Amino acid sequence: MGSTLLEKVWDAHTVRKLPNGQTQLFIGLHLIHEVTTPQAFDMLRARGWHVRFPERTIATVDHIVPTRDQRRPFLDVMAEDMFSALERNCRDEGIRLFDMSTGSQGIVHVIGPELGLTQPGMTIACGDSHTSTHGALGAVAFGIGTSQVRDVLASQCLAMEPMRVRRILVRGRLGRGVYAKDVILEIIRRLGVKGGVGFAYEYAGDTIERMTMDERMTICNMSIEGGARAGYVNPDQVTFDYLRGRRFAPQGDDFEKACRWWSSMASDANASYDDQVEIDAASIRPTVTWGINPGQSVYVDEPLPSPSSAPQSDRSAIDEALTFMGLSAGSRIRGTRIDVAFVGSCTNGRLSDLREAARVIRGRHVAPHVRALVVPGSQPVRLAAEREGLDRIFIEAGFDWRGAGCSMCLAMNPDKLEGREICASSSNRNFKGRQGSPTGRTLLMSPAMVAAAAVAGEVVDIREIVNAD
Amino acid sequence: MPIEQIRRIEGRALPLRGDNTDTDRIIPARFLRSITFEGLENHLFEDDREQLRAAGQPHPIDEAKYTGASILLVNVNFGCGSSREHAPQAIRRYGIRAIVGESFSEIFFGNSVALGMPCVTADASVLTELMSLVERDPSVELSVDLEGMRVSVGQATHRIALPPAPRESFLDGTWDATGLLLDRFEDVEAVAARLPYVGGNWR
Repeated sequence: MGSTLLEKVWDAHTVRKLPNGQTQLFIGLHLIHEVTTPQAFDMLRARGWHVRFPERTIATVDHIVPTRDQRRPFLDVMAEDMFSALERNCRDEGIRLFDMSTGSQGIVHVIGPELGLTQPGMTIACGDSHTSTHGALGAVAFGIGTSQVRDVLASQCLAMEPMRVRRILVRGRLGRGVYAKDVILEIIRRLGVKGGVGFAYEYAGDTIERMTMDERMTICNMSIEGGARAGYVNPDQVTFDYLRGRRFAPQGDDFEKACRWWSSMASDANASYDDQVEIDAASIRPTVTWGINPGQSVYVDEPLPSPSSAPQSDRSAIDEALTFMGLSAGSRIRGTRIDVAFVGSCTNGRLSDLREAARVIRGRHVAPHVRALVVPGSQPVRLAAEREGLDRIFIEAGFDWRGAGCSMCLAMNPDKLEGREICASSSNRNFKGRQGSPTGRTLLMSPAMVAAAAVAGEVVDIREIVNAD
Repeated sequence: MPIEQIRRIEGRALPLRGDNTDTDRIIPARFLRSITFEGLENHLFEDDREQLRAAGQPHPIDEAKYTGASILLVNVNFGCGSSREHAPQAIRRYGIRAIVGESFSEIFFGNSVALGMPCVTADASVLTELMSLVERDPSVELSVDLEGMRVSVGQATHRIALPPAPRESFLDGTWDATGLLLDRFEDVEAVAARLPYVGGNWR
């Protein structure tokens, strides 16, 4: 019987079995940012400890950075405090920090792969639930809390429970106007927002194999929205081609040797899985969330669920979500008027996402009542987009073109919804209040759908645009 | 390292009905704009509370009858979403010392272990019964017993579940893992030396 990638990576990183039965797991790459770490460094200091493997922790600043004026000191005193604390902690402990002056700053889950820090076969931890993103390169990557950040800083290890593996096979061709975002929203809708608890999701099948690294990252990114702490794709030629030449990837002869090791870490053909699910790619249509968790979604041309026709156990949740969203049971999401359009985030803030959005809006203009912004996932994404002239397309269409950061995905910076505004968003969470206004409303969708909604001023079916173009 | 064994938590309870309560609701992101965890308890469920107040139906946290509760009762997938430890920190700092629920998100569960706040599970029917009981009589005392693995109230007892490893950690006081992870550091260095990407020794 063969092994899965998860089993191989787990075994390679196991230090020992702890007395309570947990595994002491070595963490190959620890990524940190300004929000979930200052308290961890304080805990470390309180115990008189230091960072044991400072070269295996990499820092950036993303959650609180303003995207309009990024000059220091930030006008927002609290944001400046958080950034300064990160700078001080990194300086004191000898940790490399990719801040704005480096040209490599950005959302931690965008810059890890971009710099070639994220590699197959690694264990990766970060105080951020979307760490699952890095699984796209064949790493076992998961989010942790601040006390665990302290553990990794102090020991480069975590005390972990084993994970089971669910293989999700996606097969067939995606239709026009259907993107990786729609695939992961479909998976979450089918398996539920808690279906993945206790599992790592292995995404496989010809649809996934044909996907670019950016698309695989979109899929793995939202594993946590389905309850799975980690999600991964087995490393293949797409992975190796992506990594070749990146700054922290192995260079020269080492690269070929590394490819051999990376290949050896992929799941064996005869590996056994704790569960397996199959998804027909051709059946997926452009998807939009209508509720207050990422599992509450419909195809854009489908009616919204109605509490009365739902199972008893789901009724109150549907009713609560429809009430909060101001949507009616049985109505269509298509045609829902939007106030804000947001393209960005660790889910869909990469160059290919910006290209897709730009393709939709080229020669068109944002509806007069819509406030639209594009926030590149990193400084390199922004620069690459500008070299292609995407910034001009966005600006001419009436979008704001911003600096890199997490921005309106969770609104820890000045980019927020106001009141009950509705936002068409390429981000990952539609929780109540997620985008900065307690009563603000979020409709998750692909970047192309966000762009189309920005132009129409309401949710539209992207297939009508891509099929006409 | 201070070692605190956690065997039994006793006190009054606070029922919080609803599935998939995410950490953005437990503590909205704007309250994460700080370099400490201090004062988070003051903003626990702030937006939910405000909205319910406006609708004239107070949130359980705002009902005087639950003041001083130390056991939180929840439903399915509590603590899903963001990994922010600020969520269990806010709950713990508010005075909650154990949570009984139908199920928990994995990251929230782990963060709570690290704070010495057990999250134990019980059947849906048990939660329904406990919540109704506490809503009728908020003065009842519950006891969450990690040795006997049961929750009791008055004469009634129900089975609870907790995976063996965290249970062991609470009982023997090793739930703060860092010391343990540093115990045999030479083993850690040996694993690091074996991994090709750590030393750059690609074979």
